[in-house]
Amino acid sequence: MKNFKLYLPVIVFAVLAVFMWRGLYLDSRTLPSVLIDRPLPEFQLRSLEKGDQLLTSADLPDEPFILNIWGSYCLPCLQENPIFMAAKEQGIIPIVGLNYKDRDDAARYWLDVNGNPFDLNIIDDTGRYGIDLGVYGAPETFIVDGNGVIRFKHIGTIDYRTWEDEIMPAIHAIREGDRS
Amino acid sequence: MTAFAGSVLLALVLLFSPERATAQVDVYEFETQEQEQRFRQLSNDFRCPMCQNANLSSSPGGVAADLRREIYRMIMEGQTDADIEQFMLSRYGDFVLYRPRLTAQTVLLWFGPLLFLLLGGWVTYSIVRRSSGKANPAPENVAFAAEGDVAEKTVEISAAERERLNRLLAGVASDTTADNTDR
Repeated sequence: MKNFKLYLPVIVFAVLAVFMWRGLYLDSRTLPSVLIDRPLPEFQLRSLEKGDQLLTSADLPDEPFILNIWGSYCLPCLQENPIFMAAKEQGIIPIVGLNYKDRDDAARYWLDVNGNPFDLNIIDDTGRYGIDLGVYGAPETFIVDGNGVIRFKHIGTIDYRTWEDEIMPAIHAIREGDRS
Repeated sequence: MTAFAGSVLLALVLLFSPERATAQVDVYEFETQEQEQRFRQLSNDFRCPMCQNANLSSSPGGVAADLRREIYRMIMEGQTDADIEQFMLSRYGDFVLYRPRLTAQTVLLWFGPLLFLLLGGWVTYSIVRRSSGKANPAPENVAFAAEGDVAEKTVEISAAERERLNRLLAGVASDTTADNTDR
């Protein structure tokens, strides 16, 4: 027992070291979403493509889809665009855009220039719907399942690695879950 | 002339900077002073989800301005502080609270420091008690006790050995006296 006391400082050091080592790799900038496994909040918002027609959740795909929060002012959104374009071309999953705190004309111009990967675009120019989604800045990306329930959220840019390592597995898991 | 321009510039900077440094300025009109007070209180109490080290009232982030607008709207609609807190929590989670709620997940956060205080107190207490048990007797007694410990260990020796021991002890004594005289 005397030996145990001798090693106590080493043990305390080891425990602290493990916690602090883990702490180095924790990302405190991305908040866990409280909306996971909750239904997508209701909305009634204008569409970017269809003039003044108001979109509601009835206009959303009935299969799993990606909801991407973007804006023409958002540089990381430009980085994500080729990934979403490729996903659209390969028909991997429908992608819905939420044009967040942007100007309509700027958003349309951005899509014309960079390519439009979105099946439809919801306009949230005031950012009010973004608040319901717990959004705090573009880009953020949700995956919603076939029942309209939010199942996954990624905060920040999606690059090829996050697409392969996080988004695709999440899509597969959600499709598996929907089937059973 | 340049000095004059410089001082005008400085005056302008001083005029506008403190306001910018402390709080974001929104133009909201309230019906009562109490509403304004609540708005100030609430936007000070919630943490901005984007600029994570600022509260809503001091954050320049876009989402902070939106959330201030929502707080204003809810105050004017007559919602209670609890309603507004629920609104924030159901969208941004516990993160927006500077004073976390007491839940199973936050128990350690709330009582961890107390736990460490008690642990530290116990360690200090046991160290102090142990060392005071040794330090209490006067120094002479310690010496006696040490000698006593040695004396307790009795060893049987034969008459021849006793004779030799006495000789040795006498030799040591004469050696030390010799040393002393040498000095």
